[in-house]
Amino acid sequence: MTFLNFLISGISLGSIYAIIALGYTMVYGIAKMLNFAHGDVIMVGAYICFYAVSRFSLPPVVGVILAMLVCTVLGIVVERLAYKPLRQAPSLAVLITAIGVSYFLQNSALLLWSSNPKVFPAFFTTESVDAAGKTVTKNGIQLFDGRLNISYVTIVTIVVCIIIMVGLTLFTAHTKMGKAMRACSEDKGAAQLMGINVNGTISMTFAIGSGLAAIAGVLLCSAYPTLVPTTGSMPGIKAFTAAVFGGIGSIPGALLGGLMLGVIEIFAKAYISTQLSDAVVFAVLIVVLLVKPAGLLGKQVREKV
Amino acid sequence: MKKLKLNQTTRRNYLTYGLVILAYAILQIMNGSLSSSLKGMLVPICAYVVMAVSLNLTVGVLGELSLGHAGFMSMGAFTGVTAAVALQDLIPAAPLRMIVALIVGAAFAALAGFLIGIPVLRLNGDYLAIVTLAFGEIIKSIFNNLYVGVDSSGLHMSLLSDNTNLEEGGKLIIGGPMGIGGIQKISTFTAGFLLVMVTLVVVFHLVNSRAGRAIMAIRDNRIAAESVGVNITKYKMMAFVTSSALAGAAGVLFAMNYSTIVANKFDFNTSILVLVFVVLGGLGNMLGSIIAAAALTILPEALRQFSDYRMLVYAIVLILVMLATNNPTLKAFFGRFKPGKRSGKEAA
Amino acid sequence: MKKKFVSFMMAMVMVLSLAACGGKDSDAPAPENNDAPPATETNDSASGAAFKLGGTGPLTGGAAIYGNAAKNGAQIAVDEINAMGGIQFELKYEDDTHDAEKAVNAYNALKDWGMQLSLGSVTSKPCEATSVMNFEDRIFALTPSASSTGTIEGKDNMFQMCFMDPNQGSASAQYIADKGLGTKIAVIWMSDDPYSKGIRDTFTEKAAELGLEIVSDTTFATGNDTDFSVQLADAQKNGADLVFLPMYYQPASLILAQANAAGYAPKWFGVDGMDGILTMEGFDASLAEGVMLLTPFNADSTDEKTAAFVAEYQKRFNEIPNQFAADAYDCVYAYKQALEAAGATPDMSAEELCAAMIEQFTSMTFDGLTGESMTWDATGAVSKSPKGMVIENGAYVGLD
Repeated sequence: MTFLNFLISGISLGSIYAIIALGYTMVYGIAKMLNFAHGDVIMVGAYICFYAVSRFSLPPVVGVILAMLVCTVLGIVVERLAYKPLRQAPSLAVLITAIGVSYFLQNSALLLWSSNPKVFPAFFTTESVDAAGKTVTKNGIQLFDGRLNISYVTIVTIVVCIIIMVGLTLFTAHTKMGKAMRACSEDKGAAQLMGINVNGTISMTFAIGSGLAAIAGVLLCSAYPTLVPTTGSMPGIKAFTAAVFGGIGSIPGALLGGLMLGVIEIFAKAYISTQLSDAVVFAVLIVVLLVKPAGLLGKQVREKV
Repeated sequence: MKKLKLNQTTRRNYLTYGLVILAYAILQIMNGSLSSSLKGMLVPICAYVVMAVSLNLTVGVLGELSLGHAGFMSMGAFTGVTAAVALQDLIPAAPLRMIVALIVGAAFAALAGFLIGIPVLRLNGDYLAIVTLAFGEIIKSIFNNLYVGVDSSGLHMSLLSDNTNLEEGGKLIIGGPMGIGGIQKISTFTAGFLLVMVTLVVVFHLVNSRAGRAIMAIRDNRIAAESVGVNITKYKMMAFVTSSALAGAAGVLFAMNYSTIVANKFDFNTSILVLVFVVLGGLGNMLGSIIAAAALTILPEALRQFSDYRMLVYAIVLILVMLATNNPTLKAFFGRFKPGKRSGKEAA
Repeated sequence: MKKKFVSFMMAMVMVLSLAACGGKDSDAPAPENNDAPPATETNDSASGAAFKLGGTGPLTGGAAIYGNAAKNGAQIAVDEINAMGGIQFELKYEDDTHDAEKAVNAYNALKDWGMQLSLGSVTSKPCEATSVMNFEDRIFALTPSASSTGTIEGKDNMFQMCFMDPNQGSASAQYIADKGLGTKIAVIWMSDDPYSKGIRDTFTEKAAELGLEIVSDTTFATGNDTDFSVQLADAQKNGADLVFLPMYYQPASLILAQANAAGYAPKWFGVDGMDGILTMEGFDASLAEGVMLLTPFNADSTDEKTAAFVAEYQKRFNEIPNQFAADAYDCVYAYKQALEAAGATPDMSAEELCAAMIEQFTSMTFDGLTGESMTWDATGAVSKSPKGMVIENGAYVGLD
C-alpha cells in the first residue's frame, strides 16, 4: 500500500511536470529555441488566476480563462519584442534573451505583487455533510479506508494533460496551421518558399505555448499552493529536464518524460535517500540519455553530409 | 622571427594580452583612489573572466552547449579550499598555498571533466546541454551532503551525515549544507590577474595549435572532420577537460576571496550567468568574454541607485544588449570599423 | 533602433498595466516604499548630523521576503526615532540576493556611502561573509536575523538580535521533553539550508540526551520542496506522535496542507521561522491549528508596543510584519539606546563608535518587541527567553 501511495504521489508530481513540459516541448519543437522564460509565464498565469479568484471573487473558470488570455497576450508580446528580432541570430543569442525575459518577469512580479507568498485557493474540493452534521471538505478520493489517497488535482491534471496531448497531436497533424508548424520545424527556409508565413506560425506557437503555461500554472499552484515570484523557475527547469527525458519535440514524450521524472523523484526519496534524491534523478537521466541519446520517444535523426 | 608581419589571429591574441596587462597596471596604479565597492569586485571579476574564457572554449571553440559549468567551479572551489585548509600549517606562505590550492582545484575539476566527458562525447546539441545541467545539479547535491574534516591522522570524509569522528583539535572543513566557513581570504587581485593570464596563454595555445584546428574542424562539421581522420573523442575530450580544469581554478580563486562558501552558490543560475558572458562577448571571442564578464559583474552594482528596480533594469539592459548586438543594421555599421572581422559562429 | 526602443517601452507599459488589473491593494506597498527614503534624506540634510546605518539583505530573488521585511521594520524604527528629535539615523539597505558574493559587494557599496553602524546581513550565509568585513573594517554590526554560529564566532564587534540556531534547537527539545509533548519524534528539515541544519543538529543531540526518540529523519532541498508525501509517510509509518519542523513557514505550510490531505494529524512543533504562517494571504488557518512554536515575536500580541508597530507596518506596507521586521525594528532601537548611553555623536568615526558600542552592548539591558530584558554576552549572542506559542482558532496563544 505504501508503494501504491508513493506511485500515486509520483504520478501527481509527474503530471505537473508533464503539463509544463508540454508547453516547453511545443515551443522547442517548432521554434527550435529553449524558452527559459516558460516557467515565469507559468508564474504570471498563476498570479492572474489567484487575483481573479481571491481578490475579485470571480469563479475559478473565469480566473483560468483570464489567466490564459493574459498569458497568451504576454507570450505574443514577448515573442514579438524580444525573440522575433533575433530570428536570424544564433540560437544561443535567443537563449540569452529568454533568460533576460525570465529575469524581467520575475522582477516585475516581485515589484508588483511583493515577495510575500500567497496561498493559492483550492479549486478541486467537494463538500459533504458527515454524520455529525459537520461540513467536511474533501480534496481527494480515499480508497481502502483512507489508506490510499488520490487527490482531485492529480486526476484533473492527468486528464488535462491527456486532453492537451491529444489535442496538440491532432492539431499539428491535421489542421492547416499545424501542418505549417511542422513545416517550419522541418525547414524554415523551405517553408517560407512554399508560401507559409513563418513569422506568423512561430508567433502562433508562442501563443499556444503561453496559453498552456497558464493552465500549467493554475494546476501547479492547485497541487502545491504557495505562490511567490520564483514559483515557476525550478518547476520550469525540471520540466525542461522532463521534456528532454521524453525526447524533446515529441508531444507524447513530454507526458511520458514528466510522469517518469515525477515517479523516479518520489521513489528516489522513498527508497534511496531524501537528501540525495536530486542527484539520483539526474543520474538516472544521464543513464537514460546514454542508452537512448534522443530521449525516450525522440526521433534519432540520421545526420547527412 | 620568420615573419615580421604577424597574422591576424596572433595580433588579436597579443591585443588581448596587452589589454589585460594594461587593465591590471591601471588598476594597480589607481589602487588608492578606487572605491571599496570596485576593489571588492576585482577578484570575483578575475574569477568570472576565467570562467567565461574557459566556457568559451567549450561553447565557442568546441561548439557544444554546456549548462553546468558552475559544477566544475564548485568542484574546484571545494577541493581547492579543502587543500588550502589542510595544508595551513604545512605551508605557511599564503601565495604558495594559493598556488597549491589552485593546482588541486584544477586537477579535481579536470578529473570531473574527464568523467563527465565520457557520456558527453556520445551526445550532441541539447541532449549534451541537459547532461551538463544534470551533472551540475549532481555536484551541488553531493557537496550539500558531504562532510570533510581534518585532524592529525589525515582527512576524513563522510556522506549524508557528519560521521567524520574527528580527534581532539581536528577541524571540520566542509560541513554539508553549511559549506565551508572561516576560510582565510588569500585570493588577491594579483593572483587573479596571473590566473587570467595563464588561462589566456593556455586557451590561445590550444586554439592555435594543431589540436585547436582539429577542435574547430569538429565544431564546423563533425562528419567531415571525422572523415579526414580527426579523432573526435580525443579532441573533444581535450577541449572539455581543459575547460573544466580552468573553471576549477576559477572556483578556487573565487572561494578563497570569501570567508564562506556554500554549494548552492554554484547552481544552474551561475552556469547561466557565465553562459551569458560568453554569448554576449561573442562565441570564440576571448577578449569579448573578458569584457562581457567584467561589464556584467559591475553592472548590477552600478545599478544600485535604482534600488528596488535594480534587477528589473538589469534584465532590460540584458535584453536590449542582445537585441542590439544581433541587429543586422548595427552589425553592418560596426563592421565597417573592423575590416575582415569574422562573424561569430553558431554553436549548435 | 528607435522603433525597437518604442516597442520595449510598450512592453513595459503592457506588463505594468497587466499587473494593475491584477490587484489594486498589492500595488500600494511599492509607492509607499519609495516615499520612505526621501523622508529620511530630508531629515538628514536638515540636521546634517545623522548616524549612517547600513544593512544588506535579499531584496530580490527567492529570499526577498526576509530582506524586505527587515528593511521595512528598520525603516519604521528610523522614522519614529527621527521624528522624536535627539538621535538621528539615516538608513540604507542594499540588496544581496541571499548570496555571499553579492553581500560583500553590497557591504562595500555601503562602506563607500560612509556607513558608521551596520545591521549586518539579514540571512546567515551572507552575514558570515559580511561579518568578516565588519570585523576587519572595525564597523560595529548588530544583525537582526542571521542566526548561525559562524556569524558571530571570533568577531568581537558582531552582535545578534535573534537566537542562535543551536540555542533554538536545544530549547525546543528541552521544551518538548519538559512538557511531555511527545516521545516519538519525526524531524523534517531542509538539507541545503544552514538555518534548518543548525537547529536540527542540536535538536537531535539534545533530544537523545533527554530520552526523546527520533523515529524519522527526512529532508528536502531547494527546488525539491513541493512534494512532502514521502517525508510524511515515513513519519507516519514510524509512528511519530510529534513532527518537528525547523524551517521557514513557506514549506511548512505545504507540509501542513499535505499532511491534512493524507489524513495524518500528529502534533506539530515549529521554530521562529514558522512565524508568518498565519498571515500568508489565502492560508487556511485551520491547517495550522494546534501547531506549537518557540518564537520571540508574535504579531497578534496585545502588548502596546507590538500593537502600535503592527498597525504602523500594516498602514505603510499593507502586510502583517513577521519576526524579521520586528528584529530589525528592535535593532534600531537598541542602537538608539546604546548611542544615547555612550553619548555618541554622528561625527565620530566608525572605529570610535565600534569601541563604544561593544562596551555598551555587553553591559546594557534592552526591552524590545522580541523580548524583555535582553542582554548580550561578549561573544555577541543575545540572551532572551523564547515564548512557547500554540496556534488556536487562527491566533497565537501563549503556551505557559
